[in-house]
Amino acid sequence: MPLLLLPLLPLAGFLLCGLLGKRLGKTFVTVCGVGSVALTTVLAYVRLVPYVAGVFSGHAAPILERYGSWIRAGNVSIDFALRLDPLSALMLSFVTFVGFLIHVYSVGYMHADTGYGRYFAYLNLFMAAMLTLILAANFLVLFVGWEGVGLCSYLLIAFDYLKESSARAGRKAFVANRVGDFGFLIGLFLILGVFGTLEFDRLFSAVAASPGRYAPAMTAIALCLFVGACGKSAQIPLYVWLPDAMAGPTPVSALIHAATMVTAGVYVVARSNVFFRLSPSAMAVVAIVGGATALFAAIIGTAQNDIKKVLAYSTVSQLGYMFLACGVGAFVAGMFHVMTHAFFKALLFLGSGSVIHAMGGEQDMRRMGGLRRALPVTFWTFLAGTLALAGIPIWAGFFSKDEILGAAFAKSPGLWLVGFVAAGLTSFYMFRLVYRTFFGEFRGTDDQKHHLHESPASMTVPLVVLAVLSTFGGLVGLPAIVGPRANLFHRFLDPIVPPLSGGFEPGELSRGLEIGLIAASVAIALAGWLIARVCYAGDRSGSLPERFVRAVPGLHRVVENKFFVDEIYDFLIYRPFRALARFFWKAIDTLVIDGLINAGAFVVELSGDLLRFFTTGNVRNYALTFLLGIVGLLAWLGWMGAR
Amino acid sequence: MNVPLRDVLVLSVALFSLGLCGALLRRNAITIFLSIELMLNAANLAIVGFASRVGGYSGQIVVFFAIVVAAAEAAVGLAIFVAVFRHHETIDVNKTNLLKW
Repeated sequence: MPLLLLPLLPLAGFLLCGLLGKRLGKTFVTVCGVGSVALTTVLAYVRLVPYVAGVFSGHAAPILERYGSWIRAGNVSIDFALRLDPLSALMLSFVTFVGFLIHVYSVGYMHADTGYGRYFAYLNLFMAAMLTLILAANFLVLFVGWEGVGLCSYLLIAFDYLKESSARAGRKAFVANRVGDFGFLIGLFLILGVFGTLEFDRLFSAVAASPGRYAPAMTAIALCLFVGACGKSAQIPLYVWLPDAMAGPTPVSALIHAATMVTAGVYVVARSNVFFRLSPSAMAVVAIVGGATALFAAIIGTAQNDIKKVLAYSTVSQLGYMFLACGVGAFVAGMFHVMTHAFFKALLFLGSGSVIHAMGGEQDMRRMGGLRRALPVTFWTFLAGTLALAGIPIWAGFFSKDEILGAAFAKSPGLWLVGFVAAGLTSFYMFRLVYRTFFGEFRGTDDQKHHLHESPASMTVPLVVLAVLSTFGGLVGLPAIVGPRANLFHRFLDPIVPPLSGGFEPGELSRGLEIGLIAASVAIALAGWLIARVCYAGDRSGSLPERFVRAVPGLHRVVENKFFVDEIYDFLIYRPFRALARFFWKAIDTLVIDGLINAGAFVVELSGDLLRFFTTGNVRNYALTFLLGIVGLLAWLGWMGAR
Repeated sequence: MNVPLRDVLVLSVALFSLGLCGALLRRNAITIFLSIELMLNAANLAIVGFASRVGGYSGQIVVFFAIVVAAAEAAVGLAIFVAVFRHHETIDVNKTNLLKW
């Protein structure tokens, strides 16, 4: 079974749903849309199981499948080729599976939507692009998938295209991604210029063979790639599109804007870790941007009232953790967090979707409360996701986040402190969300209260499956203190970070320090929980936060309004560009270009107006003109001859 | 009989001038047409004159061709006049100024 089949199946699903979905009805769309992804998942695991078993028995060599030459120009030759190695195998395992669960969930969530066929067509196209991205064997094929997922993200954010805010959010996502993609593209050209190839194998073996020779070029290449990663994975300063992307349907937020697409940036950084490790300054930039984003987004998340906005900022913050991990050299830990985050954040988004579904489209937490009685399955699964995200032990997020914090401490205690504070804030805003949504008294309208219901099985079953994964998924990456070979995840993924002489090396931690750090992160997670409980649950719920807001109204206003970043961008970038565009429109285009064209037309018209007086229609006038012409011609010839 | 070239050319110029005046001054289309034929034949005459001066028959043969073409053209021209007359009941060129914007 060729790897090519994996992206091709969802692509076929896209064509069938998109072209025939409207004519053949919902059942057809469900069968094609979900069926294609189900088949892809099965086939992916058919390939994955023997490969993973092989890696654990020591055969980690990547599988390369070449389907023909794509571009051949001069010395550059680029193949259309796919590749299965530990990194793409990891991505493949959860992208297909989580993707499949979210497709199933969407059947229930979107059942009443008029754009049902269109929705599944886009979702299938997204799966095709994402699989191309993770299976690519060179940067160009990767870039095709990269742009493909960007396009699908835009299409799905603006899915409700009649709503002005959705269309606007879609455009914003697209433009922010363009900025990143531009950097990415420049990075690709730099790589092509330095190495003459985009093939992963040849690039990384060339660098590993002579690191000293390539090290000077690496800072520029790594930073350009990181700009692309910043756009796709919503890091400072390009993160602004992700919170707005919540305008899309909730399963889309779960699949694209939490579990899969937004981690593509982390994937690219981990994929090209050989480049990054040769440039300490690029690593520092990655770590600082990641840490700053983690903290910044967590702070904003504490003051949001829209249930999906909280989760969106949480996603931005967790992506920051992943980059922090990459920046301190713990690429495997970063990918571990990518995986666990895919489970629990997809779960949380789907859970919030279930809540929104039950509330009849209401997203404001101030009008919820007490939902745990009406939505028991959603509540318990959501709680599992919250525990995982907050980093409470044995839940998946604990292991991955703890490993990242440990690696950060080993490199720089300052970065650790940033991540540590963000971890406490994460725990706080998540339990705040849980208490305000599921506990206390219902604060919505009577209509909504009457309408409350648990979601259908197509929605709750994916929730339960993801809750199980969020609870136990972290056990594949037990910390080093348990035993040297206990961490299956490291044993599987370590081959993607090849030894590199002179490259950046992650720091080492003593056993005692590691235990101390684990205790500290558990303590701050519990502290966050406790503060949220005091603030938002029990008799005095709400009075403490209110007093806090009254004490520092300015701070609260700034955080609630997301530090006015959108307004600052609006003022610094959007408005000047708009003015510039207006100038080009009004002055250059209308005045100069249109003016030139119109002037030409005017000259022609004027000469026509003058010349038409000679066209009298009278044959005798023509004959006279003819005669004069002949006389003139003869005179001229005579004059020429006489000279 | 050997006519000097000068006499031939004088006759040709006289015929041409008559034709030109007729073509420019008359209003009846048929008369104009006759005048144009006159100019054409003045030109033919000049060619014959030059040809006999140069010697050989090629010039006279060219003139025969020109006369044949003129005959065909006369047929077309007269057909046009008939068609114009059917429409306008006149072939006065001052009143049939159709060839304009």
